[in-house]
Amino acid sequence: MKNKLFGTATIAAAMAFGLPAMAQSPIKIGFVSTFSGPQAAIGEDMRRSVELAKEHLGGKMGGKPFEIIYEDDQFKPDVGKARSEKLVQQDKVNFIAGYIWSNVLLASYKTVVDEGDTILVSANAGPSQIAGDLCNKNFFSTSWQNDQTPMAMGEYLNTKGVKSLYLVGPNYAAGKDMLAGVKRTYKGKIVSEDYTKWPDQLDFSAEMTKIAAAKPDGIFIFYPGAHGVQFVKQWAQSGLNKTVPLYQVFSIDAITLPQQGDLALGTLGAQEWVNDLPNEANKKYVADFKKKHGVYPSYYGAQSYDAIMLMASAAEALKGDLSSKDKVRAEMKKANFKSVRGDFKFGNNNFPIENFYIQETVKDPQGMMTVKTIATAVKDAVDPFAAKCPMK
Amino acid sequence: MEYLLLQVLNGVQLGLLMFLLAAGLTLTLGIMDLVNLAHGSLYMMGAYIAWTLIGVTDSFVLGTLLALPAIFLLGVAVEIVVIRKLYARDHLTQVLATFGLILFFNELVRALWGPAGKSIAVPGFLNRTIEILPGVPYPAYRFAIIVVGALVAILLAWLVARTRLGMLIRAGASNRRMIGALGVNIELLFSLVFGLGAVFAGLAGLMAAPIASVRIGMGDDILILALVIIVIGGIGSIKGAFIAAMVVGQIDIVGRAFLPDILKTFMSSSAASSAAPAISQVLVYVLMAVVLVWRPTGLFGQRT
Amino acid sequence: MMAALRTPRGLATALILLVLAVLPLLTQAFDQRYLLSIGTRIVIWSIAAVSLNMILGYGGLVSFGHAMFFGIGGYAVGILSAEGVSSGWIQWPVALLAATAWAALIGALSLRTRGLYFIMITLAFAQLVYYVGSGLEAYGGDDGLNISRSRFPGLIDLRDKASFYWLCFALLCASLWFCGRYANSHFGLVLRGAKSNELRMTALGFPVFRYRLAAFTIAGALGGLSGILLANEGAYVSPAMMSWMKSGDLIVIVVLGGMGALFGPLYGTIAFFVLEEALPPLLNLAHKGWGEYWMIVFGPLLVLIALYARGGIDSLLGRRHE
Repeated sequence: MKNKLFGTATIAAAMAFGLPAMAQSPIKIGFVSTFSGPQAAIGEDMRRSVELAKEHLGGKMGGKPFEIIYEDDQFKPDVGKARSEKLVQQDKVNFIAGYIWSNVLLASYKTVVDEGDTILVSANAGPSQIAGDLCNKNFFSTSWQNDQTPMAMGEYLNTKGVKSLYLVGPNYAAGKDMLAGVKRTYKGKIVSEDYTKWPDQLDFSAEMTKIAAAKPDGIFIFYPGAHGVQFVKQWAQSGLNKTVPLYQVFSIDAITLPQQGDLALGTLGAQEWVNDLPNEANKKYVADFKKKHGVYPSYYGAQSYDAIMLMASAAEALKGDLSSKDKVRAEMKKANFKSVRGDFKFGNNNFPIENFYIQETVKDPQGMMTVKTIATAVKDAVDPFAAKCPMK
Repeated sequence: MEYLLLQVLNGVQLGLLMFLLAAGLTLTLGIMDLVNLAHGSLYMMGAYIAWTLIGVTDSFVLGTLLALPAIFLLGVAVEIVVIRKLYARDHLTQVLATFGLILFFNELVRALWGPAGKSIAVPGFLNRTIEILPGVPYPAYRFAIIVVGALVAILLAWLVARTRLGMLIRAGASNRRMIGALGVNIELLFSLVFGLGAVFAGLAGLMAAPIASVRIGMGDDILILALVIIVIGGIGSIKGAFIAAMVVGQIDIVGRAFLPDILKTFMSSSAASSAAPAISQVLVYVLMAVVLVWRPTGLFGQRT
Repeated sequence: MMAALRTPRGLATALILLVLAVLPLLTQAFDQRYLLSIGTRIVIWSIAAVSLNMILGYGGLVSFGHAMFFGIGGYAVGILSAEGVSSGWIQWPVALLAATAWAALIGALSLRTRGLYFIMITLAFAQLVYYVGSGLEAYGGDDGLNISRSRFPGLIDLRDKASFYWLCFALLCASLWFCGRYANSHFGLVLRGAKSNELRMTALGFPVFRYRLAAFTIAGALGGLSGILLANEGAYVSPAMMSWMKSGDLIVIVVLGGMGALFGPLYGTIAFFVLEEALPPLLNLAHKGWGEYWMIVFGPLLVLIALYARGGIDSLLGRRHE
């Protein structure tokens, strides 16, 4: 209390002596994610990582304190848009980050980037529109464009010599992007391409029976969150785990693994970040996260951690003076920070040019389910929509 | 041929799982004229309670057997606190109030069990495949769902056709005031029936848990489907709900297993694979609309 | 007119309308742009609620799919905009026509049923439209579609927030005026009569079905209008705008405000948005972090409203004389 009073007094004194008030006001960051309902576990993982980043930064960016305002999008585009609007127009945040879902990001996108005062950093969603035609100087991504991860998986399957593949995914935009992505690079035979109902399908018995009858060399799936849990469980229960290996993107991660358990062992996935990547920033992040929460962070968390670190790098370079948006953008574009995925560059559309790795689901020495890197699928991948973006 | 048989079996299994959920709902709707949207929440609570009890007892069977009375008590408690006040009200009030219950239960689960989903493993003795025909394996747990679903259907049929409770249920479905006139303790009967409905919902939830994931809002998605089934079958008709569930189960499987191939015979392969799920997604709604346009009170509902 | 102002209802309504009429000036004066955004949404949702009130409040027809008209109005604008037709003079009539035709068609099919069956068949049609929307891959599918706002060259620029707000507000006033006329007309009386006793109205020789169909169609058209506005407000359309949860929200709003009360939808929408905006911060004040659990309060509140406040907010403002 005393400190707070003292702090207030200092600010008052500073203002009285004509120091620019701006220099003393904290940097504000809005963070939009899903904190309620069925997908709240993802939002929680992101928030833990953001808080950890704040801790690692000592609560300061470029010498200035910063505060983070969390807003719940409830997994609904219109709510996400309203919350983003509030952050931009009422809280007047310097940065806004988060966004798990493509549709929430797309709904919120224009209100944020057209406003011009706020820089948007997507910590997960990467719809093709934003990488291409709709790209904007006020937008940065610390994740990927939707097609990239499955494309990396397709490359890996080629080198591994998987001759035929059965594709299954949910019948919505991202599901179609993902299956299209693997088809861009995979050269073997596509046995079938099945789409299932979204989001209300809980039974995959018909698909399992079809796969068993088709006898492919492998199954490729994209089922985020709870649906990944269901698919992997039913794949293993049907006995297919003994005959047809499962290759996945975004379906097995630190959030779903406690539920998938042993059933997911040995499956392979593609990702731009893995918890065992051997760089210092990552070691510190993963070790501290585990110490604090007793579980591994997920890629959602890693990307959120990076989003905060990216902002901090710009604030650092500008000594906390964020008044010139042009300078902030230029500094961010340099990606001059220690990313937990290792160093990367931004492409013309402000999406990362980065490596993708193949990860295997294993048990760590303590018996906890996790993933470990087994190969590099592609290096310095540029997303396929970058050419459509008019920015240089 | 084997393939066809397996897919039909998949449809039966899915239909029975949905019947389990719809059975409790049609019971409360039929006898008490109550639209209970929170039925999906009871389905979710069944799964969560079972998860906890299985963890405590370290046994799937024991945990499940303990979860059923627990969910019965929960159902009775909900009935006494909220539902009881809704019987005399119109459907709109019931929809609103029970919608409020859904929001409450979803957040309650998040507060009690945390946001992350839970998992119930298939019990050891069912965690294998059995040969339904020589050389044709089928997951044993799926077979267990068929058995439990069929048992519940038989139990309900017996209950409705042969017991005093069933007589009251039938009487209630056709004329609610009559039961009161018969000198039955309606309050007790309604609590009992609601509890029984909750048990069916909970049973469906915990049976689905090992193949699905135990998560917040798991009942919301399939609640609508259960309502669709009841409406197709006709409100209050157990037979109608059963037939509708089986039809919907088969339609769903046909839509997923055969429709793409059927469509491929007259359109391009890529068009077929994107049209098929879209069609199968709306198929049950189209079915319901068609049934209701043809018969405004469902297949076996009371004519007014 | 002046007499009406002396009742609490008249006074409250006049105050609300007055504040809404000058909202852009207020938000500008106090530099609260976000309040104008909320205000715009409140006004648009109020129009949708007014349209639902026409059938739910006056007609007793519980449509559990009213958000589909958001979608139809919105998508008509969105698709035309994506195809390069940016003129509002084409977009808006097409959207209204689409919503009206669809309402007439499904009304004709749905109104054969009663009670829960009606609730469910309207839901079924809404789900149908929803899945068609999410299946429209060319128009973004589930991701939705970013669009540019309708153009009315020389007349009004919808990109200007204040002008857009005033347009919405004018349309709300027009809908309220229309609804007031409608409720007290011969037509409205038949509809209300059929709500309380369908048999009697039929016996009296009124073709109840045709009256209801007409009401359903008008409500659909007005719902379509709110969809057009909603699409322009967000410059974005997506299937999520017509999910069944949104239909549920609309029902909650109408009941919350007071069914069959002319200004009920307006009270309901304001209360709903204020609750949604204010509950989380309030709970956070009580204990940091509780804000995210606001539905644990909102849910039981809904139960209480359903149980004990059937007249809604309108009934708190004193008895209605009809």
